[in-house]
Amino acid sequence: MSEEFKIEIINPDKSFLVKDDVSEVVVPAFEGEMGILKNHISIISFLKPGIIRIQSKSGEDKFYVEDGIIEFKNNNLSILTSSIFNLNNLQKDKLQNLLISAEKESQRSDIDDQSKYLVDQKIETLKSIN
Amino acid sequence: MASLDDLKKRIASVKSTQKITKAMKMVAAAKLRRAQESAERGRPYSEKMNNVILNLSNGISDIENAPRLLSGTGNDKIHLCVVMTSDRGLCGGFNSNIIKKAKSYFSKILNEGKELKIITVGSKGNDQLKRSYGEKIIGNISFKESKNANYFDADKVGKMVIKKFEAGEFDVCMIFYNQFKNVITQIPQAQQIIPLNNEKYENNSEESYEFEPDEDEILSNLLPKNISTQIFKAMLENSASEQGSRMSAMDNATRNAGEMVDKLTIEYNRSRQAAITKELIEIISGAESL
Repeated sequence: MSEEFKIEIINPDKSFLVKDDVSEVVVPAFEGEMGILKNHISIISFLKPGIIRIQSKSGEDKFYVEDGIIEFKNNNLSILTSSIFNLNNLQKDKLQNLLISAEKESQRSDIDDQSKYLVDQKIETLKSIN
Repeated sequence: MASLDDLKKRIASVKSTQKITKAMKMVAAAKLRRAQESAERGRPYSEKMNNVILNLSNGISDIENAPRLLSGTGNDKIHLCVVMTSDRGLCGGFNSNIIKKAKSYFSKILNEGKELKIITVGSKGNDQLKRSYGEKIIGNISFKESKNANYFDADKVGKMVIKKFEAGEFDVCMIFYNQFKNVITQIPQAQQIIPLNNEKYENNSEESYEFEPDEDEILSNLLPKNISTQIFKAMLENSASEQGSRMSAMDNATRNAGEMVDKLTIEYNRSRQAAITKELIEIISGAESL
């Protein structure tokens, strides 16, 4: 029996990635990392900044996301996100820019707790990539 | 009757106008294809988003405490209208159609004694509305610098709307835009985005979802995003409509200019012939009298 399911990552302006030979996906869900295998129960959750890891026949792909929503249903995983970057071709200076703007945001005084938490997550992830 | 010289000048000027409209038509056609593609590519996102929200709002445990973006403030007094138009003219009835739709809604609102606030996106809408509704306009945004509709611009508008909503500046929010059907047909749309109006959708999925964290928290995170998504969708539809409308308007203009050139050429030839005949008659009758 095949242990594969379909993944679709959608941007507001295009379909970012479609794969149907995925065996495991790890997403940075809001309450912690979540691994998804075939026949997972239907679930809706949202993402915090972090790394999406996709295991498929062609190997492992890694993506950096800042936010998004995931929906898993009938062995279809949809990820809606407005900011996603493939780690394989993410340039160093782009990464630096993201880091700098995140750090700038975390130093703002009027930031509330939740966005402070998200920004800290973002910085941590970006640093771990470096 | 205009002299031959005048006619010649007019023909030349109409011809050069025709060249311009033809070029604009070509440009619009090229841009249209791109805009149409991105409008179509953008649809899955907003559809998926709608689906998820639908599933969520059906699963929500207690309606009383639902986020206000979904259930509204409970009032229906102040209406905010976001009128989305283009930044450039010469696109036929594109802007006027949106404005017409918006104006009829405005007068309905005002007749019911409700308060009206307007945000215009795109400078053409602002130009047309500021004469009659100038004091109602609370903001004008234009994206002249950005070449294509992009999500960050939409997000900017969305965040502004949400901020105003949270500050209690309005109860209901409508957006006005043109939906792209095909090159000749664009349908002006009025869509309510706050509170979210999804009664018309039937819930046909028996599937029950697991939520993590719970429904309320996901919803309150998702709804602001949905606002931006809906605005972005409107922007994409609008830019495709704008190019389509401009293309057909310029096509018409080119054709009209062609007709005008034909007419003027006939008139030119006739009056040239008349002048020749007149001269001949003069010569002949002069010779006869000798």
